[in-house]
Amino acid sequence: MSEYLLLLVGTILVNNFVLVQFLGLCPFMGTSKKIETAAGLAVATTFVLTISSVLSYATYALLLKPFHLEYLNTLSFILVIAVTVQFTEMVLHKTSPVLYRVLGIYLPLITTNCIVLGVALLNVRQAHPTFINALLTGVGSGLGFALVLVLFAAMRERIHVADVPKAFRGSAIAMVTAGLMSLSFMGFAGLVKF
Amino acid sequence: MSTFFAIFIAIAAVVLLALLAGGILGFAAEKFKVDSDPIVEQLDALLPQTQCGQCGHPGCRPYAEAIANGEAINHCVPGGQDTINKIADLLGVEPLPLDSEYGVEAEVKKVAYIREEDCIGCTKCIQACPVDAILGAAKHTHTVIVSECTGCDLCVEPCPVDCIDMIPLPVTRQTWHWQAPQGVGSTPVRSAKLIPTQQIG
Repeated sequence: MSEYLLLLVGTILVNNFVLVQFLGLCPFMGTSKKIETAAGLAVATTFVLTISSVLSYATYALLLKPFHLEYLNTLSFILVIAVTVQFTEMVLHKTSPVLYRVLGIYLPLITTNCIVLGVALLNVRQAHPTFINALLTGVGSGLGFALVLVLFAAMRERIHVADVPKAFRGSAIAMVTAGLMSLSFMGFAGLVKF
Repeated sequence: MSTFFAIFIAIAAVVLLALLAGGILGFAAEKFKVDSDPIVEQLDALLPQTQCGQCGHPGCRPYAEAIANGEAINHCVPGGQDTINKIADLLGVEPLPLDSEYGVEAEVKKVAYIREEDCIGCTKCIQACPVDAILGAAKHTHTVIVSECTGCDLCVEPCPVDCIDMIPLPVTRQTWHWQAPQGVGSTPVRSAKLIPTQQIG
């Protein structure tokens, strides 16, 4: 049990995909201007990550591994991810049109979010990949992404009304903030001893 | 032979995966079908329904559809800043000031008034009126139904004898309301000036 907890904490904080492994930076910078948008994308990405992580593991375990087709990993995972994202987009369009409009282009761009493919590939690259590991890695990395995205959006909203020197306004201060956040997340490195 | 077999297996696996994916998406497309963009309904409800066409669209609903497709939100003159703020709130975008290219927001609500001694009964204003608020027939004087007029002033332009005036709506017990004190309860206009430059707290 405790190893699953460690896995979850590990993916959310210690090996945070955005701030420690530097994956998925495009939506991190792109959708963090408003906290509502950020929260919406965070939820959508977490959902997609969980589903696609599980589905791509299932594809690997049920289809690719028995037939020794591991060289098709990337291709089939991209297919699975694209389907998951498209499905999420359809559901969101039906259930929450405002969020669908606000997210706009970033919703289909979840497909190209490196975290999604990264998690799917890292799952099957472990020594003994299991279903529960894949599920927890998917959930954990999604929650980690959601956490830093919402935190970062909240900070950017505050910075927007702060008196920032002219040369640093806009993207510059956002980059500096992201860098400092990343630095602070490095502090989690000693939290879990593997 | 075994190479051919391996290639066949690989192709079969990918085809199977693609078929599964296509099946799921096809099912979802049918199940989660969106008949009309629901955001258009919400936008249409916010617009003033004057159907005046000052935004360049034939009515409020076409403009609502245009906004949903990415047109600027500040083209509705009768709605004014109030409507722009509400639309911005709904769509989660920054409110803009009214685009002066389309018109200037009236300080007070105005209605059209036809000076009947000058009217020649040409019916041109009747054709121009988007809400059928002008009553009259050919060679008879026309008049404006005050309660129907939205003050869009589309009838002023076509009148050949310039007998239509836009007059402020007379204040009655139904239309009078308290003057809101400055800054309290009045619609805040967000502009660069109002964004605080120093963080408080």
